[in-house]
Amino acid sequence: MSGIAQGCIYGLIALGFVLIYKATEAVSFAQGELMMLGAFVGLALLTALGFPFFIVVLATIAAMALFGIGLERVAIRPILGQPVFSIVMLTIGIGYVARGGVTMIPAIGTETHTLPVPYKDVVVPVGGVVLAVEQLVVIGATTVLCALLYLLFRYSKAGIAMRAASQNQLAAYYMGIPVRRLNGIVWGLAAMVAAVAGLLLAPITFVHANMGFIGLKAFPAAVVGGFGSLPGAIVGGLIIGVVESLSGFYLPEGFKDVAAYVVVLVMLMVKPNGLFGENLSKKV
Amino acid sequence: MNDGPMLQAKDLTVRFGGVVAVNRVSFDVRRGEVFTLIGPNGAGKTTVFNLISRIYQPTEGEIVYEGRPLTRVPPHRIASLGIARTFQNIELFEHATVLQNLLIGRHIHRASGVWSDLLFTSRVRAAERDTRRRVEEVIEFLDLQHHRDTMVAGLPYGVRKVVELARALATQPKLLLLDEPSSGLNVEETSDMAFWIQDIQNELGITVLMVEHDMTLVSRVSDRVLAMNQGEVLALGTPAQVQSHPGVIEAYLGTAEDTASLRSAA
Amino acid sequence: MRFVFKTTYDQDIRLAQHGGHLFWYGLLLLALLAAPALVSEYWLAQLTFILIYGVVGLGLMLLAGFTGLFSIGHAAFLGVGAYTEAVLAGMGWPFPLSVATAAALAASVGAIVGLPALRVKGIYLGIATLAFGFIVEEVFARWESVTGGNAGMVVPTLSMFGWRADTDQSFYYVCLAIAIGATLVVLNLLRSPTGRAFVAIRDSEISAQSMGIHLARYKTLSFMISAALAGVGGALYAHKIRFLSPEQFNIIHSIDLLLMVVIGGLGSVHGAFLGAIFLISMPQLIALGKDALPAPIGQAPGLQAVVYGLVLIGFVLFEPLGLYGRWLKLRAWFTLFPFYRRGMFKRQKAFTKSDRLR
Repeated sequence: MSGIAQGCIYGLIALGFVLIYKATEAVSFAQGELMMLGAFVGLALLTALGFPFFIVVLATIAAMALFGIGLERVAIRPILGQPVFSIVMLTIGIGYVARGGVTMIPAIGTETHTLPVPYKDVVVPVGGVVLAVEQLVVIGATTVLCALLYLLFRYSKAGIAMRAASQNQLAAYYMGIPVRRLNGIVWGLAAMVAAVAGLLLAPITFVHANMGFIGLKAFPAAVVGGFGSLPGAIVGGLIIGVVESLSGFYLPEGFKDVAAYVVVLVMLMVKPNGLFGENLSKKV
Repeated sequence: MNDGPMLQAKDLTVRFGGVVAVNRVSFDVRRGEVFTLIGPNGAGKTTVFNLISRIYQPTEGEIVYEGRPLTRVPPHRIASLGIARTFQNIELFEHATVLQNLLIGRHIHRASGVWSDLLFTSRVRAAERDTRRRVEEVIEFLDLQHHRDTMVAGLPYGVRKVVELARALATQPKLLLLDEPSSGLNVEETSDMAFWIQDIQNELGITVLMVEHDMTLVSRVSDRVLAMNQGEVLALGTPAQVQSHPGVIEAYLGTAEDTASLRSAA
Repeated sequence: MRFVFKTTYDQDIRLAQHGGHLFWYGLLLLALLAAPALVSEYWLAQLTFILIYGVVGLGLMLLAGFTGLFSIGHAAFLGVGAYTEAVLAGMGWPFPLSVATAAALAASVGAIVGLPALRVKGIYLGIATLAFGFIVEEVFARWESVTGGNAGMVVPTLSMFGWRADTDQSFYYVCLAIAIGATLVVLNLLRSPTGRAFVAIRDSEISAQSMGIHLARYKTLSFMISAALAGVGGALYAHKIRFLSPEQFNIIHSIDLLLMVVIGGLGSVHGAFLGAIFLISMPQLIALGKDALPAPIGQAPGLQAVVYGLVLIGFVLFEPLGLYGRWLKLRAWFTLFPFYRRGMFKRQKAFTKSDRLR
């Protein structure tokens, strides 16, 4: 069960990068740090300002969305058009700044903080099994979020526009699609998803500056699911989460940490495009 | 030296899913001739090229080059068999100079392996000098001296097409595949291209297989023409024969009724 | 302004293209040879690190900058070289033999890591190398019988055939010799058909194939040579820091290596060393500047991360050609003065076409 919940978190983070990748073909290594920032914003709103929990959730999501849009405007937009690798390095840089910057805020420093969520340590007996509400919340929230995103991409003009822009930016410009504004929205969305992941993860791992490293496990999730596929990201995350949890249980120590990476390597050798990935090759 | 045709395509068929891109196409290319494929866009001409350079695998049919089938040859072995090609959308090495692009063209003629390269032995040095000399010959043939040390990324389109041609020539091919050599070129550049194709045929003795849309160029340099439409062969013969073939005219211009109505409207 | 008139092909092929090259690099060489006499012990140690990281950087530059294959787990090769050297030196093997073995072992791991490169490209390859990086780090931690696991491993002094490099100076000269050797080897590679094949693969795989370049073979070769260089660097690294533990070769270290080649200037040999200079001197500069900043910023443990991040972002946004690119522009400004125009090195703004269709 905890494997599934963990898998949902990986899936959410992976969803964030797949969103950005699908729309702009940029790969963002900053998703983990965005998640961490989301958790801290939630923490600040909850403890420092004392807002009720539900408001905090909405406020955090909104704040992070704005942050995502702002980030895109300032840092990502200028390098529109540069090779993928530059963007990767840029987002790595952003990650560094976020990690270091957060520790500079006096109240936070390098300690671990707890996010007091109303459902912490609550357990619920379901059919003979005792489940932690924390984990149920994670799974539930993930499902709701995915449903919303699905509707967005399938039925809204913005979603289709994003898909067009992701394949050929220049053509999208010519078609009147406001590519730059869309990119901003995509980053905002990705940041929102990361914020949700952060709030969900906080009760499980506590809130601290290095929380973002979990984001690295989300890459295998995205690859397993197929990099261009949104449902794939979630499925990939779930697979990784479950495999990890099982290896922690059945295999000797140490395997749990590398399980995700072994899975991704196997996937790349067997089916490089992932479970739901696209299979495109260049036409010469 | 065999007397048969240099290249034979036999009943080539390629299907991508439900789409038949090439349908039972057969033709012969004779040694020393300039053979051109014409046809509207989507006729399957570049697909045929990609079959010869082994980027695609035919669903049916085969290609025989100098008496040997190409069916199992991997793409990187094509160059050492003496087949070189240019690409429709220019696939040059953008972050290298023109000279470096051409030097890479000499790859199949290299005389050293990794270990000697690492140490840059005198044998490697001598091979480098020889490579450099041969590349210079190609540069002179195509008048690229001016651009020798310029990064490809900074060159105008017309020059890049010439560099693409130069790079193919640097491999010292026996058969040269030119994919739309005059596309994007102005009248003067196309005229230069025509002269070069003739020189390639007469001075260098290279057989040329070409895809082209510019009919003036086609008539000027081709020995024989193959017209394709929708993946199938329409006509084969001299340029004059093919251009007056009714099926070809229909494919390009529409039926006689269509052209009649155009004429009356004009 | 210098005009180079060439009359022989050798002038194109030579490493030193003209007298100026010989002069300045000769001067550099003399300065490096004299360094132990000129600088304090502390700076000599830093210089030694620069040389070591330069060698590793050459490897990564060859792989990422010249062949276009991005390796996000490169510290793994560094680690393989380091641990191999530590173990063999501990068994009494002479240095030349142990470092050659370290390089060979790193190269074989490189060949394995390179296997995904034969099937996938771009970011997928990056993730595969990331995955390998984590796995190798975990192997170092678990294989306690050989590596001492998380408790770490002590590294004996560099020794060969009776001679021991037990002073800072002697070790420095060993590193210098190896750095010069590695640089010459990479320069040789780049002016030969093999090096050109790497560049071809970077710029257009399809054309490279049609020029007769066997993609799988050359990609694997690039990984192997790059890993071997990292392995050699790792062997030297082991002797320098005298104590190894698995977390020294983690993802952060891999990213530091990438940072180094990107900031140095992708696609240039100078970039490897400029990047190494940056990597080693940054912490010093931060330490120096710390006191000038207000207390909560200056004393924060995250300061280094923030500075690194900002510098990286700055370079990607404003100076994609890295330190070497900046140096070229500076030099052009001086030599062309007053004719230098701002747009001279301007890269054409291109709209990305989908990489998935590449």
